[in-house]
Amino acid sequence: MKMDVNRLSWLIAGEAGYGIMTAGQNFAKAMVLGGLNIFTHVEYPSLIRGGHNAFAVRVEEDEVRCPIQMYNLIVALNKETIDRHKNFLTHGGGIIFDPDKITLNDGEVRADVRIYKVPTTQIIKETTDAIPVMNNSVTLGASMAVLNYDFELLAESIKGTYSKKKKANNMIDINIEVAKKGYDYIKNNYPNDFNVKLEKRTKKKKMMIIGNQAIALGAIKAGCKFLSAYPMTPATSVMNYFVSKEEEAGVVMKQADDEIAAINMALGASYAGVRAMTSTSGGGLALMAETASLVGMSEIPLVIVNVQRPGPATGLPTRTGQADLKFVMNIGHGDFPRIVITPGDVQECFYETFNAFNLADKYQLPVFVVSDKCLAVSIRSIPEFDTKYMKIDRGCLLTDEEANNLYDYKRFLITDSGVSPRAIPGQNAIFRSSSDEHNEHGEIHEEQDNRVSMEDKRFRKLDTALKDIPLPKLYGPENADMTIVGWGSTKGVVLEAMEYLKKDGITANFLHFTYMFPFHADWVSEFLSKCKMVVDVEGNKTAQLAGVIREFTGFKIEKKVLKYNGRTFFPSEVYDDLKRAYHG
Amino acid sequence: MVEMKDLSTGTYVPDWCPGCGNFLILNALKKAVVQLKLNPKDVVVVSGIGCSSKLPQWINVFGYHGVHGRGLPVGTGIKLANKKLHVIVIGGDGDVFGEGMNHFIHALRKNINITLLVHDNQIYGLTKGQTSPTSMTGDRSTSSPRGNAFDPINPIALAVAQKTPYIARTFAGDLKHMTNIFADAISFKGFSFVNIFQSCVTWNKHNTNQWFKERVYDLQAEGYKADNIEKAFKKALEGYEKIPIGVFYKEERPLFEDEHPILKKTPLVKQKLEIDIKRFMEELV
Repeated sequence: MKMDVNRLSWLIAGEAGYGIMTAGQNFAKAMVLGGLNIFTHVEYPSLIRGGHNAFAVRVEEDEVRCPIQMYNLIVALNKETIDRHKNFLTHGGGIIFDPDKITLNDGEVRADVRIYKVPTTQIIKETTDAIPVMNNSVTLGASMAVLNYDFELLAESIKGTYSKKKKANNMIDINIEVAKKGYDYIKNNYPNDFNVKLEKRTKKKKMMIIGNQAIALGAIKAGCKFLSAYPMTPATSVMNYFVSKEEEAGVVMKQADDEIAAINMALGASYAGVRAMTSTSGGGLALMAETASLVGMSEIPLVIVNVQRPGPATGLPTRTGQADLKFVMNIGHGDFPRIVITPGDVQECFYETFNAFNLADKYQLPVFVVSDKCLAVSIRSIPEFDTKYMKIDRGCLLTDEEANNLYDYKRFLITDSGVSPRAIPGQNAIFRSSSDEHNEHGEIHEEQDNRVSMEDKRFRKLDTALKDIPLPKLYGPENADMTIVGWGSTKGVVLEAMEYLKKDGITANFLHFTYMFPFHADWVSEFLSKCKMVVDVEGNKTAQLAGVIREFTGFKIEKKVLKYNGRTFFPSEVYDDLKRAYHG
Repeated sequence: MVEMKDLSTGTYVPDWCPGCGNFLILNALKKAVVQLKLNPKDVVVVSGIGCSSKLPQWINVFGYHGVHGRGLPVGTGIKLANKKLHVIVIGGDGDVFGEGMNHFIHALRKNINITLLVHDNQIYGLTKGQTSPTSMTGDRSTSSPRGNAFDPINPIALAVAQKTPYIARTFAGDLKHMTNIFADAISFKGFSFVNIFQSCVTWNKHNTNQWFKERVYDLQAEGYKADNIEKAFKKALEGYEKIPIGVFYKEERPLFEDEHPILKKTPLVKQKLEIDIKRFMEELV
């Protein structure tokens, strides 16, 4: 029998409200404490209790870039879990469940599936002070035993989790006690022959971080002092993380009346000289549209984060998708310059958010950072960020001394770069700013020549910025049988699918649009014209990136791999579809 | 020392209709700034959209003219970024009580030290004479040819309901009263709301300057003390036969920005940008 070491896909699932998220995080943490790498994947409906919640952890010896569809071991907290996920069990995979809660009839699961019946309810009953929600700790212990992993790492993980919850001191001991009972139950009643084993490694410990934390941390590192936002799934953890660091980082999070207030408060703070940001999801961004246009008109640096979820309307609030690209690229009435960044993984969420603040200040315009639910909530284990070379650049922001020496200050001075020296209130450089078309002084001015000069000036900033915007990132060889284009969170999954293709003898490269706009039209046009075959991979119905590429280059992409069922891409699906595209 | 001429924008002058109350409001605001000896570079006037919202264009302090209804959140952001600035938000009845009503209600309950001045002429001016949230019942307008079917919003009563720290009403036909109220509101430590009744010479043929003059009376001249919320409510409910002007309610309370652990220190804009995030990364390990 084939035995895998340190290559696992584990799932815990059941009805919402049973601590599934905490259990999943504890499992993931136990892996990372043992020097292994993880990528978690969460599926849950938009409600607080009830409904099917699933928390998957993929474990590898090296860094993990995406979730996979198949599971080696499933912890089923209810029968529905088995019904829903049994077809995604690998050959010889296992299911852990409580026989007092779930009855499996003959033939309900494949013959190769290993069944681990653990009397969790009974164990909880027999343990003093244990409560039913600790069921999942029993199953975590049982999982450690099946996988032959060091129990102490789970104990350490549980300790870490509950020590943060102030009221629950004896919770730690009881959780560990019941977990150990689950562990012992497996060791005493089942042979130690599961086809996946986990072994501790002595690698440097990694951070466990989600995309939304990385965005908030990137903002804090960039000197963003003010975030105003209105709660909206899946963006809320950006504001949650930011507010949790208020006192330590010296920042302010202001929950706003609504998204319109959120962006206007952030705008006000930035106008007054503070680096500011707002974060939301598609529907909230729609409310911000008018002010986004104002930000462009009054040339205010502002970072706007859109953590996408599938629309239209309320759509699938807790699921994932990439259907806001064209919306963000065109948001707001009238023509105004903007920058659009579409990070592909947790690292890029951090580094590119940091850079978003520099770009906003340098070009005095709205900078959109577009993420999605998959990126936002998936925990990934990565080394600490390298902040050594990160430099804050505030562009043409005047110092108090420079402002003191101004004569006839023009806030909207027409320049070759399009960027004008920027003063802030409190400085000796009084100016007015109007949402109406204005002259260089900021005074309302409707003459046609002035209008043209000002539109041209604002748009020159994009020409200047383009030189500062990285080219799309090319992964894989320069020349390949197939070129894949994508943006945002599909990065990890495409890179993995490319490895599968390689085994089939198909060489592929991948052009990831980490920075979407301003668009490197000439470069992209030339690059794509030399490709043998181009396939677009993205999470929406209408192939929005393919549309953007065609808009700017005229290049038409015929082959598309699109997914819009509200769920994340898995590498196996992408691989299958790419192969079909290749042969088709 | 700031003088009236320092606040002038020279040849760049207002484009309001001749006889518009906005001229007097602008004048009163300048006088209040002079009276309070504010340094123009530390004053920011923020507005939304409408005739009144053009005001920041014509006073030589920092001015931010945004989009319709959103002056309050912009002003809030400015104040939180730099609490040393004097932030004055300007809007009309359409801007503040129509498009921006959500922000108005929320501003009333947050004690952030900014001043809101509402030019309330009970009509939409810039869009040429439509019914506004404060138009009187039955009044005809270009959008209500059969007369306004609804009762007007009572902004003073809304503010009283939220126990807003400073609530006042003044009248654009009384420059002295207006100047004193503006100065009092701006120097008040807390959120201050001033509703200004004014005529619209072009579009509102009902609530004219003369109409107001016949009705307004000064609360403080009558010996009214602005220290009781129930009395304030009673005054707020007085109809249009006799219109009280003056301070309805005034109560100093701790400011949001003085209580907040970060804001109470140095203004945000002066705080250090570079932050070592090492400990935040270690926390995640």
